[in-house]
Amino acid sequence: MIEVRIHGRGGQGAVVASKILAVSIFKEGKYVQSFPNFGVERRGAPVTAYTRIDDKAILLRCKIYNPDHLVVLDPSLIEAINITEGLKEKGWVIINSDKEPSHFNSLQKQYRVATIDASGIALKHGLGSKANPIVNTAILGAFCKTTGLFRLTSLMEAVREEVPSAQERNVQAVEDAYQQVKY
Amino acid sequence: MKKILMGNHAVSYGALLSRVEVIAAYPITPQTQVVEKLSEMCAQGKLKARYINVESEHSAMAACIAAEQAGARAFTATSSHGLTLMHELLHWAAGARLPIVMANINRSMAPGWSIWTDQNDSLSQRDTGWLQIYCESSQEVLDSIIQAYKIAEQVLLPVMVLLDAFFLSHTYEPVDIPDQGLVDQFLPKLDYAYKIDIKDPCSFGSLLPPEYYLELRYKMQKAMEEAHDVIIQVDKEYQQMFGRSYGGLVEEYRTEDAELVLVASSTAASTSRMVVDQLRDEGMKVGMLKMRFFRPFPTQEVINALKGVKKVAVIDRNISYGQGGIFCEEIRSVLYNIDQHERPPVFGYIAGLGGRDITPTTIREILSHTLKEDKPKENIIWIGVKR
Repeated sequence: MIEVRIHGRGGQGAVVASKILAVSIFKEGKYVQSFPNFGVERRGAPVTAYTRIDDKAILLRCKIYNPDHLVVLDPSLIEAINITEGLKEKGWVIINSDKEPSHFNSLQKQYRVATIDASGIALKHGLGSKANPIVNTAILGAFCKTTGLFRLTSLMEAVREEVPSAQERNVQAVEDAYQQVKY
Repeated sequence: MKKILMGNHAVSYGALLSRVEVIAAYPITPQTQVVEKLSEMCAQGKLKARYINVESEHSAMAACIAAEQAGARAFTATSSHGLTLMHELLHWAAGARLPIVMANINRSMAPGWSIWTDQNDSLSQRDTGWLQIYCESSQEVLDSIIQAYKIAEQVLLPVMVLLDAFFLSHTYEPVDIPDQGLVDQFLPKLDYAYKIDIKDPCSFGSLLPPEYYLELRYKMQKAMEEAHDVIIQVDKEYQQMFGRSYGGLVEEYRTEDAELVLVASSTAASTSRMVVDQLRDEGMKVGMLKMRFFRPFPTQEVINALKGVKKVAVIDRNISYGQGGIFCEEIRSVLYNIDQHERPPVFGYIAGLGGRDITPTTIREILSHTLKEDKPKENIIWIGVKR
């Protein structure tokens, strides 16, 4: 079983990202489960969402404590919270940042780091505003390429189905991030 | 067709496929996305139902009672304080023998305020005359809503379908949505024999003197007893038509030759399956009894599953203050009259109240404690409590 934890801030779409990730992988015949952090959410406050992936039906119905990989929608969270809590050694940390992975060298000691300027890509495709770019689809393109857990075409299909508007621009953002991710 | 659905929406699809005709619901906390989705389905014309926004859960149940009495298939959904506010009318719905179906998301009672799961909201409605189905997956939730109408409309008692807050209600997973044509065959339009008919006026819910009241209650109990066979039959028919069965009232999981049987319900039963598989691989003779129905209580099934077993461990995500875990007490009670040599010691564990997580580690802790002790030293064994 593979477990993924997505970190964002309320309003960034971390929960939707966890569902799109689940739908993408479900399309390839695997079993999936995704859920938000169990609690109340506020705009701007740190939020987490989770996805489980397995080859057989998922019976486990509890929270995720030791994720295999992380997705970080807002790099300021790295300073704000203990973001790698419970993360398995050598797990991927996919960060929305215009910096090189080596910028996060403290994380690189135990984990594998990938960076993608998901905010820049979102703005280029007119997703959200400068203050609030919608980065949840783009960063999944980077996650897809880096981890190789599923195909880009599955992700593109899932984005078309799950995103309520601007589907094609979101798909383009996914493709850009897939090409541009640094790791 | 398989879709990724959250547990709350699995309820909505169950109601859609059952072609409910009236939905009455209170739209604010502790309400969930169950009725949000249903109102959307009504607005889009996918579901031809009368959707009534009411000012409280008490009114929601009142509207369902009136609708059902008029011969319409009625539905509502609620949670925690919403359910307990309905309490008076839960007695009415059952006493009037109205086959209403309701989904309740199991959430803890305040104070302290909680939106997280435990079963005290629904288990404190134990004696209202409603059937109760505790589900472990979103698929079971959807299927149980459809089964619930079929059962309710045969025995003329209302049914509550229960799902754990967050662990099911807000969790997305693949759910097979059955074909509407097949559901229509399985569950034909409601033909309620005692509906209000202006051409044949009669009185409903009138004063009942002591000469008759006892008989009405006798008939309610008889209906609950009859429900036992109806539940098994409906589950069998469901399997023939849709390929899925939930064992009727209970499900025994790997209990053959088991020396220790764990009893669980709701999502804790699902996680327990995984732990049982792991322990079997380690050579331990352990099995699980999943309590799907709490009312009617599966007396014979519990006896069959537990008699002659060396030890029984019950996980309760609920408590009756001054006594103990509610499933545990009822299980002990039905085992009392069996042959003493076949009666196992029953260990009662309370865990996971207020949404505290029940993980594989929690379940392993419960099982290793049960193995270690000959007999339970206390009526309640608390798991993970900070004293």
